[in-house]
Amino acid sequence: MRKVAADPKGVDSGSHFMDGDHALAEGALAAGCRFFAGYPITPSTEVAERFAERCPHVGGLFIQMEDEIASIAALIGGAWGGQKVMTVTSGPGFSLMMENIGLAVMTETPMVICNVQRCGPSTGLPTLTAQQDMMQVRWGSQGDYRIIALSPDSPQECFDLAIEAFNLSETYRVPVFIMTDETVGHMHEKVVVPPAEQIEVLDRNWYTGPKEDYRPYDFTGNLPAPMVKAGDGYRFHTTGLTHDERGYPAGSVEVHKKLLDHLIGKIDNNVDKISKTEDSGLGDAEVVVISYGITSRIAAKAIADGRKAGIKVGAMRLITVWPLCENRIREIASKVKGIVVPEINMGQVVLEVERVVGGRCKVISVPHAGGAVHDPEVILDAIKEAVK
Amino acid sequence: MWEIRFSGFGGQGIVRCALITGKACSLYDDKFSTMTQSFGPEARGGACSSQLLVSDERIAYPYVTVPGVLIALSQEAYAKYEPELGDGGILIIEEELVKPTGDANRVRLFPVPATRFAEELGNRLFANLVVLGFFSAITKAVSADAMKKALPGLVPDRFLKVNMQAFDKGYDYGLKALEAEGKGSGASS
Repeated sequence: MRKVAADPKGVDSGSHFMDGDHALAEGALAAGCRFFAGYPITPSTEVAERFAERCPHVGGLFIQMEDEIASIAALIGGAWGGQKVMTVTSGPGFSLMMENIGLAVMTETPMVICNVQRCGPSTGLPTLTAQQDMMQVRWGSQGDYRIIALSPDSPQECFDLAIEAFNLSETYRVPVFIMTDETVGHMHEKVVVPPAEQIEVLDRNWYTGPKEDYRPYDFTGNLPAPMVKAGDGYRFHTTGLTHDERGYPAGSVEVHKKLLDHLIGKIDNNVDKISKTEDSGLGDAEVVVISYGITSRIAAKAIADGRKAGIKVGAMRLITVWPLCENRIREIASKVKGIVVPEINMGQVVLEVERVVGGRCKVISVPHAGGAVHDPEVILDAIKEAVK
Repeated sequence: MWEIRFSGFGGQGIVRCALITGKACSLYDDKFSTMTQSFGPEARGGACSSQLLVSDERIAYPYVTVPGVLIALSQEAYAKYEPELGDGGILIIEEELVKPTGDANRVRLFPVPATRFAEELGNRLFANLVVLGFFSAITKAVSADAMKKALPGLVPDRFLKVNMQAFDKGYDYGLKALEAEGKGSGASS
């Protein structure tokens, strides 16, 4: 992988007062994304609008597709055509994307997909916030696989994580998801876009060897093979069928195991490099609140109130939700009385936290049916319960 | 920390007011500000509210808890949000659109004839800038200079000048209202 400075054409350097959706578009442009295919849906539409508006100035291409199934298909084509690619959606649109997300996983196609989460199931509460797709992002397409999912808590982090998402996607040749929510998507705050030369982006790992030796896949169980650009004269084949390292169908149990070990291993063997958290007050903590996205900012109020009331409570904010930083959570669980997991769903990430903690301490879920953020008091009550 | 709620109905420029103020505070007054909004599916006419926090420190919890300032540009918004305004809080109303019904001594009431002033400048659409000028003078939560710097990009270029005039008109009226309050005669008299 070659680290390069961002292309100044895509970088709108300076201070802005913008919402999370617009910041996602700016982050993608700064990362070098020049191809966007999507279908508008509240509350994600502003990302598409911003990207489309900026395209003529940065030399990018925006296509409004007929639906979200086609959007991912277009991204797969765009990526193999040599572009960094992105789409954005919410609610029902995310469900439609699932089949081709599996194809992207299987063909190890780098792409970034933003889900500005709203309240479901189905069309649900279209304009209101939720964090209900956290398991869908992980398991929504058929078969066994791994993806990476990031969760920003502010417009600034939408910008920063968009760049990070592209870099991860290029490194591991995997769809990377930015799982934000209506609240952060529509929240306005100051966003500082650094000068282009201070933004580090990863160039695609291009194959440069002899044409006859090129193979699109390398089942290392770790970093994937370099890619080529369709139309540059390399012969390659790719398919959603179980394939060998040349990309040709190979319908055997042995090859399938090798392929799956690679798709899963390239993420699982690099969790420590991929996973990021923001921790505070863990030193003396008897209770730790594990949260992500907007909920971590609601929890911050409950934590501050808890500290004022003399409770030793700390916070771990999952910037990377998937893969989950299991070792770090186990470490915390062996030192504290309880872990509190608030999220705007009926309890999703908490299931994994419970599994990882494995009875080392109490785990308290603080669910919310969606449409609004938690009342911080409810989180504080759970903190008080956990410290007992 | 300032906790401010802008409210009215869709189409009045409620969200725009909060955007201009938030941009002014965070880019030109060097403060932290967080703006959130709520709206229904209607494009115009539905209830609309925008929340703005302004602080010297990084803001975690992004919503108002007890607002110190309420700007109400419709009777419905007044009825809905006046009860949550803190005691002694600043209540700014458009005097032709809102008739206060609450305890007049609980809060500091500042009415402004924003629509009439805007019509005098040629179009009632400038009323929200009159309100912003008035708000800036009364609260000093944001400097007039920062507000004017924030306008380009958030109002159409061809109306920039008249929006500035609308802001000034509201600002001057706000200074007078403050002076009147200081003399104990009440801003509304």
